[in-house]
Amino acid sequence: MTITRTLATADRVLRQLARDHRSILLLLVMPSALIGLFAWIAVDQPTLFQAFGPPVLVLFPFILMFVVTSVTTLRERRTGTLERLMTTPLGKGDFIAGYGIAFGLMACLQAIITVTFAVWVCGLKVAGPVWWLGIVAVVDALLGTALGLLASAFARTEFQAAQLMPAITFPQILLGGFFMSRDNMPPLLSAISDWLPLSHAVDAVKAVARGDDWSDVARRLIIVCAYVVLAIVLASFTLRRQTE
Amino acid sequence: MNGPLSETILTEAAVVVDGLTVRRGKATVFSNLSLSIPRGEITGVLGPSGGGKTTLLRAIVGVQRIQGGTVTVLGERAGSATIRHRVGYATQEASVYRDLTVEQNLRYFARVLGVSADEVNRVIDLVDLRAQTHQGVESLSGGQRSRVSLAIAMLGNPSVLVLDEPTVGLDPVLRADLWDLFRSLAANGTTLIISSHVMDEAMRCDRLLLVREGEIIADTTPDALLADTGQDNPEAAFLTLIRREEA
Repeated sequence: MTITRTLATADRVLRQLARDHRSILLLLVMPSALIGLFAWIAVDQPTLFQAFGPPVLVLFPFILMFVVTSVTTLRERRTGTLERLMTTPLGKGDFIAGYGIAFGLMACLQAIITVTFAVWVCGLKVAGPVWWLGIVAVVDALLGTALGLLASAFARTEFQAAQLMPAITFPQILLGGFFMSRDNMPPLLSAISDWLPLSHAVDAVKAVARGDDWSDVARRLIIVCAYVVLAIVLASFTLRRQTE
Repeated sequence: MNGPLSETILTEAAVVVDGLTVRRGKATVFSNLSLSIPRGEITGVLGPSGGGKTTLLRAIVGVQRIQGGTVTVLGERAGSATIRHRVGYATQEASVYRDLTVEQNLRYFARVLGVSADEVNRVIDLVDLRAQTHQGVESLSGGQRSRVSLAIAMLGNPSVLVLDEPTVGLDPVLRADLWDLFRSLAANGTTLIISSHVMDEAMRCDRLLLVREGEIIADTTPDALLADTGQDNPEAAFLTLIRREEA
């Protein structure tokens, strides 16, 4: 792995994204639009928006980053450019890290835009500092990116990648404590949810909303970060120089 | 050519394939295939589609999973890190980023290979795409797109250039230009391994490997092929060889 090759790859992925206006809109504008829609739906029930706004704020970036990352990476596997890269000195780590950096930057931009919109336009209130909300949103979007990178290894077509999205994200949404506290689930499901990365992301954002101590938020974010690293490492193992 | 290979062949040949076995799914593509490809020449890998040409080229660049045997390129195991920057490869489908411009594609691969930005300009001129430099690859014709792919393969002036059907879909003038380019590269010492299913292109090669159903049915030169079969064109010569095999 070398810095120049990793950065060259990140730069190339960003240039591709820059020419893809739909993906840019999907990543940067769509989460705010959805938050705005939610705020509008709940305009007469402000407690609903205040209660569910924070978890939703981390959910949309997660799903959108997952979709865009998995499809983009898959396209590279499908069009032969990945095979070509595997005949060059580019390391597998360079490839994965390049994608990680490019989409990580997009995740940061997305978080800044979405949190700004949610707090200052939609009036979302959290007891903790607003910038923590931003950090949680970034880490969560990174989780979407990392899982998307990993998922693309298990799909052969763009359609299969799209199929993986509900298969991987929906169970995590149900078990992650979006609609009810994870403690009130049957013990087996509660135990399963402890092992799902999104559960900890939801815990983190709820902690920010409640105004918990920063160490409580940090502890949960570290767990999510560990999943991000794990998914990225696994993703680089799924890349093969030699294929059938 | 089975059995131990002499040191001379290993060092002097650009590519040595020894006892190569490749299976894809349940189908066996190659079983105990051996051959060697000399340096500084144009070797044509010819034969019908589905005969194993692409699999052979993939094995040479080291991206084909193999079940047995060895493939040695420039004295190293095919695909090893030490030779990756010395082997250029263009797949049959132009493997380029369609959503980038010609120049952005070349810049990226130049940075990956660690070659200077001047190289980008050099290869753009070699494939005659100067006018399309800033055009998106998506808007190029199929022939232009495959020339972008070829240009990428030539970045950094690799010692071995492996090209899978580089002239498919090109008009005759352009095809002749490219063969002139290949000839000049070989004159400067580059080893070219070029697959084609167009038998006419056989006559432009120094050496020929005729591949059919996973077997090398001839390892020869264009003149020897014609002399041996008593034909006056490669297409007919190839047919004669197949009939002889079947008889």
